[in-house]
Amino acid sequence: MTETIRKPYRDTNTIPALKSGRKVSVTGAVFLLGFILLGCVIFSACTGALPISLTELCQIVLFKSGFAETAAFEEQKSLVFWIIRLPRVCLGVLVGAALGIGGASLQGLFRNPVADSGLIGVTSGASLFAILMILFNARYFGIISETGGAYALALAAFTGAAFTTFLVYQLSRFTGEGNVTTMLLCGIAVNAFAGAITGLMTYMATDEQLRTITFWNLGSLGGATWTSVTAVAPFVLCTVFFMPYLSKALNLLVLGESQAAALGVNMNTLKKQIVLLATMGVGASVAVAGGIGFVGLVVPHIIRSAFGPDHKIVLVGSALGGAIVLTLADTVSRTLVAPSELPIGILTALLGTPFFLYILWDQKRRRI
Amino acid sequence: MISVNQVSFSVKGRSLVENIRFQATTGELWAIVGANGAGKSTLMKLLTREHTPDSGTIDFLGKDLKNYKLKELAQLRAVLAQQNNISLSFTVREIVMMGRYPFYDASPDKHDHRIAELCLEKTGMAAFGNRLFPTLSGGEQQRVQLARTLAQIWEVKGGYLFLDEPTTGMDLLHQYETFQLAKEMTIKGFGVIAVVHDLNLALQYADKVLMMKDGKALSAGTPETVLTEGNIKDAFGLSVRIIQPESTPFPVIVPDTAYKNNVENINSL
Repeated sequence: MTETIRKPYRDTNTIPALKSGRKVSVTGAVFLLGFILLGCVIFSACTGALPISLTELCQIVLFKSGFAETAAFEEQKSLVFWIIRLPRVCLGVLVGAALGIGGASLQGLFRNPVADSGLIGVTSGASLFAILMILFNARYFGIISETGGAYALALAAFTGAAFTTFLVYQLSRFTGEGNVTTMLLCGIAVNAFAGAITGLMTYMATDEQLRTITFWNLGSLGGATWTSVTAVAPFVLCTVFFMPYLSKALNLLVLGESQAAALGVNMNTLKKQIVLLATMGVGASVAVAGGIGFVGLVVPHIIRSAFGPDHKIVLVGSALGGAIVLTLADTVSRTLVAPSELPIGILTALLGTPFFLYILWDQKRRRI
Repeated sequence: MISVNQVSFSVKGRSLVENIRFQATTGELWAIVGANGAGKSTLMKLLTREHTPDSGTIDFLGKDLKNYKLKELAQLRAVLAQQNNISLSFTVREIVMMGRYPFYDASPDKHDHRIAELCLEKTGMAAFGNRLFPTLSGGEQQRVQLARTLAQIWEVKGGYLFLDEPTTGMDLLHQYETFQLAKEMTIKGFGVIAVVHDLNLALQYADKVLMMKDGKALSAGTPETVLTEGNIKDAFGLSVRIIQPESTPFPVIVPDTAYKNNVENINSL
């Protein structure tokens, strides 16, 4: 019997150092997605009511950056590109990246494939505060409106996002031992509560206000200006740069909370970091673009089924993927019914649902 | 060396572990045995700092366990839990590589990959490296988790290995191979503490046995002194006989009553 059990010892150095066994490496995947995003950005910048050709685009950029002496393009196109098109594309990229990476990180933290930033109250909180702002704007928030200007609504939404998430986090510590399941349940409870108040406000709103509320909830990148881009950029960039540092811990969390702790992951710190970063990015995005559903849920699944579940690629990939999806969706939303605009939230859900179902079907097929 | 001094732990007034004390040194394989709910897993969680004792202290390598940072502990000891559910499609190789996470910052080097490969080989899972973890059978998954645990402490001098029912779901051969491996680790200078259900495995492989009943230590010491007919009857409520077959170098524990009762029941029908 001992014959079958005993195995010859081998020197560690004679063993081949095999890599993960995936077809695409992390760097490869990031480059691939990066190139696709670049293509989408250029495509989106060129498409619209006033089409800009690729050569014109090159000349516009070269002239502005001082490489070309003469302006070999129409002045109007240059203006459209710098003042309308480019900030909108930039905002799309930022918002999409935040939604994607936020969804991916929270799915990892909750070890739940249907989690997204909506679950910890970011969206419902932002929505509630935005609606309060719309409703009471004229009467009570005159001072805020004056100082915040057009951004009063965004400011209120961001405050709402941060406040609700903080509430969910504190409640989960108060009611349970603060594990992620309790937090998930607290999120659901707070969402329901916020939803009820939102409903009450909707009931009280006038027809004019109802229209504003509806459109805010459907989301749009229509309000994009350089000011809104620069306001959102620091938050989103912070999330996109720092979140990937947590990918190792998120991978270990796949083994379970106690196993992750045995491998050196401090759950409390990790939870705080992820919730903070996700809220920052998604809160800022929701504040300027309204509620854009489905990107945070679907994009991480697409990345996982394409490149594997390693969070090193899932986090960065979801940021890039979210940016790609939102840039394309926004291009469609402003060209489909031009000169009018389709709310982008309708598009992401409309196109996202069938695609999501396809992924589920494909995953099942591959497993068998 | 781990020294456990009068450790107690209770949840909502219900005492799960009471006044346990023992000392485990490197080079020893400790088996913790006892009936369901005797407090074995709770004791393991106390030893791995998942729980903190209500009273008493646990000294780990000359320092109080609670004064360690989680990161420091991850580089000194590895833990194999009882339940390991993974739903995401990680490959076997990626799972084992997670055992090396505490030892590198950005990305693993060749050496880490080699250790992962060696540990896969040690648990007989080398051919499964590219397979997706969720597609494996329960016993195979457990062997992969064991490989991950080994990879974590492979190069730690005098590290500790905590195994909570390591052979769950494994077939006969791999149960023995797992304990053979645990024994090998102790010879290489590691300390191993395992919750064991199969008393025969404990008798054959353990250097020391801690027998628990209702959260208390019933007996502790060498397998021959702890695993006696009287102690087993006391801890498990089952009469056993310990016999010494001529062909094996070690005694064998066989249940005494179950078979007899059955025969009596059949006869009475």
